[in-house]
Amino acid sequence: MLRIERAVYEAIVAHARRDHPDEACGIVAGPAGSDRPERFVAMRNAERSPTFYRFDSIEQLKVWRVMDDRDEEPVVIYHSHTATEAYPSRTDISLASEPNAHYVLASTRDPEHTEVRSYRIVDGAVTEEPVEIV
Amino acid sequence: MAIQVRVPTILRSYTGGSKVVEGAGGTLDALFTDIDSRFPGLRGRLVSADGGGELHRFVNIYVNDEDVRFLGGLDAKITDGDSITILPAVAGGSTDDRAAFGRLAGR
Repeated sequence: MLRIERAVYEAIVAHARRDHPDEACGIVAGPAGSDRPERFVAMRNAERSPTFYRFDSIEQLKVWRVMDDRDEEPVVIYHSHTATEAYPSRTDISLASEPNAHYVLASTRDPEHTEVRSYRIVDGAVTEEPVEIV
Repeated sequence: MAIQVRVPTILRSYTGGSKVVEGAGGTLDALFTDIDSRFPGLRGRLVSADGGGELHRFVNIYVNDEDVRFLGGLDAKITDGDSITILPAVAGGSTDDRAAFGRLAGR
């Protein structure tokens, strides 16, 4: 299960809406081993695309260094799908590289409602999990 | 003196759990070969096995603060005291289209 504070949840939704129709992406860092997503970090989508995302490599290094210094890890890795449902694509599954992260997908295909769902992706296996907003 | 290499979680199964390993070499290629002699299999996760020997597209490797793609890739020159960081690229997207995926992979 993903437990996430409302303010963080809403920051993900707001980022997804702001970058629509391009995919938005980012992380929520938290203390290593805590499973608590606390520090929201919006990342640039280096692909600037409605169908792909990729963290800018230099920005990623900076953000990962800060996490290292603070003894944090990426508890949540999020991105948006802007025309399809909030379910990991084959591309998402094959590129998932953080077995400890919650992969959060936000779909902005419906202008009125943002669908947000969370998954574990380990060795190509996708497991959906409940999202509890606290 | 040695060159420090920071290893991401997903590759620490090759380093006995170590977050940082040390190696030697004048180029990234030589460094990875040196490290692979002590941590077999690690190089194969970073460099394609076919004769070309290119860096995998979805792994980011940095020499100090720079992405090695802008420093000559495996031929990048390194010296004692440099710090190498390996990070898995964070990427994906809504499409399952194979041709489009190839374009992303081609970056």
